[in-house]
Amino acid sequence: MSHAHFFFAGLVALALSACVAGTALASESIKIGFAGSLSGDLAPYGLPPLMAVQMVVKEINDQGGIQGRPVALLVEDDACKPELATNSATKLVAGGVKAVIGHTCSGPTKAALPIYQAAKVLVISPSATSALLNQDGEYPFFFRTIATDVVQAKTQVDFALQTLKAGKIAVLHDKGDYGKGLAEFARSLVERSGQAQVVLFEGVTPGAVDYSAVVQKIKRSEAEAVLFGGYHPEASKLVGQMRQKRLAIPFVSDDGVKNDTFIKVAGKDAEGVYATGPADASDNPITKAFREKFRQAQGTYPGAFFDNAVAAALALTNAIAKAGSTDPEAVAPILRSEQVATPFGPIGFDAKGEPVGIGVSLYQVRNGQFVQVR
Amino acid sequence: MEYFFEILFSGLTRGSVYALIALGYTMVYGIIGLINFAHGEMYMIGAFTALIVSSVLSIYGLPLPSILILAGLAAAIWAGAYGFTVERLAYRPLRGAPRLAPLISAIGMSIFLQNYILLAQTPDFVPFPSLVPEFAFLEPYSAIINSSGLTIMAVSTLVMCALILLIKFTRTGKAMRATAQDRKMALLVGINVDRIISLTFITGSALAAIGGLLIASHIGQINFAIGFIAGIKAFTAAVLGGIGSIPGAVLGSFVLGLTEAFATGYVSSDYEDVFAFSLLVLILIFRPAGLLGNAAAEKV
Repeated sequence: MSHAHFFFAGLVALALSACVAGTALASESIKIGFAGSLSGDLAPYGLPPLMAVQMVVKEINDQGGIQGRPVALLVEDDACKPELATNSATKLVAGGVKAVIGHTCSGPTKAALPIYQAAKVLVISPSATSALLNQDGEYPFFFRTIATDVVQAKTQVDFALQTLKAGKIAVLHDKGDYGKGLAEFARSLVERSGQAQVVLFEGVTPGAVDYSAVVQKIKRSEAEAVLFGGYHPEASKLVGQMRQKRLAIPFVSDDGVKNDTFIKVAGKDAEGVYATGPADASDNPITKAFREKFRQAQGTYPGAFFDNAVAAALALTNAIAKAGSTDPEAVAPILRSEQVATPFGPIGFDAKGEPVGIGVSLYQVRNGQFVQVR
Repeated sequence: MEYFFEILFSGLTRGSVYALIALGYTMVYGIIGLINFAHGEMYMIGAFTALIVSSVLSIYGLPLPSILILAGLAAAIWAGAYGFTVERLAYRPLRGAPRLAPLISAIGMSIFLQNYILLAQTPDFVPFPSLVPEFAFLEPYSAIINSSGLTIMAVSTLVMCALILLIKFTRTGKAMRATAQDRKMALLVGINVDRIISLTFITGSALAAIGGLLIASHIGQINFAIGFIAGIKAFTAAVLGGIGSIPGAVLGSFVLGLTEAFATGYVSSDYEDVFAFSLLVLILIFRPAGLLGNAAAEKV
């Protein structure tokens, strides 16, 4: 009997001390995770968002943190690989993080979400555009600050049909989660429009040494435009070989291609290539302020997804401040109900975590730069 | 019919790209029986060396053919030096060890070199200038083949013939064959086996580097990881043709390249790898030593 009592008292004491320790920790820093592709081929998509988040965090900490508590950032690299993303997610969860900004690519985000879900961690991605992510709202704590592939595909198809007036369209992809998803939406949109037909729908092997067979096939299909879902290494090879084979039809791609590395690698072949990407927000004062700060620190203007990551960091920190905690149960409703000022203007989120107020624009390479097509 | 020829040439280009890398692979295997997984990295290092040398030379305004030759020489010498060093550091200490040990050492070397270039150069893709001049006589056929494709085909055929001549008819070649047949016996008759093996690695790496230069110039971009996929495909081609056999490597490469191109052209590029590897499995079932490999019973 006395033993049992003693045991019970011990439990109470333990629980109490745990509570004390809990509050002591809570009054220290607010931990936010960042996970994305910081190395490998797709590092150009992960590094600008990391810098954006670091800048927002630094600004908040310089102003005394969130309700007096400094924000600490835990950073993990997934190299845009699903198998590494699960590691990064596990590490962040083990590090006590309750909110993560990331991941960069759709495949890794898809792989990491169940881990975050099990640990009740809020995730807000600045760049994962796959519409298959959270399609049925199965992850109540998933948000993103970028328009999905459905919106991108719609912009591409509308442009191909109405502006380019293409009657025959070739749709290609890189067999990845992101590229193939986008290409499938584009195909169904073209077919549903009834104005054009998809004459070719194929996946190319990433990293292959030669795409001339596919290019010959495009040529034979007599397509008047190519829509490509995928990333810049394959896009630059495809465009290069199309131009070598004297195939001069328009090439319309996505935000996996809309960056300076594509222009640098494809060189003169990049001229005239179209790509969709996040709406241009360069007139917004918040955008201007952050881009200018980046330029002062790095000497150049930021690359892809920088503005989206600033938006993600602002929305997240704002919601944490209003909720007074990092508990996703408290933060998520605030993200859904309140508007927050971001580089894209005031934005909110719908029930599935999709952004309301962030759109897609179409760009074209002109004189070695992506210029918005109006 | 025109489409058939377009696809045929596309397959031949692909095949000769594989052949250029597979030749070095198969030569090293033929002589010391080691699958040199770092071979793809020699190809990548060759491409990077050629890029650096050609950028420097083009600043001095040299004509394109001389840039091509000088960059090729520099890449071959530099990658040859890497091949020599890798053999010295990673394979020679394991000469008497069980066969798996140098294999693991080779995989380790491959990972090390990739990450070394990633840190020393860049994680990004970098543009590679097209160093092969445009041949005017090819202009009417530009839809079928371009000058870099033709050059790759010519060079891989040339290299194959040169290697066969080297191995069949020269003193060094004789020593190489003797080393391949029985290392201890070769040593007893006065062949400097260590020197022959070093020479094999230097030649193999130099070939890979020249391949790196020509293929990068054809594709137009390189990064630290290009050696991996190219190496896997070339290895497949070498196995298909019969690893260790020099004409086999070329034959295997063309079979692989043509299968991929025709699968893409007449079925779908979604199934390109499916067709390529199904063919590999089929050939290995009926001819376990590959198309031209000799099915000598392994001594146990």
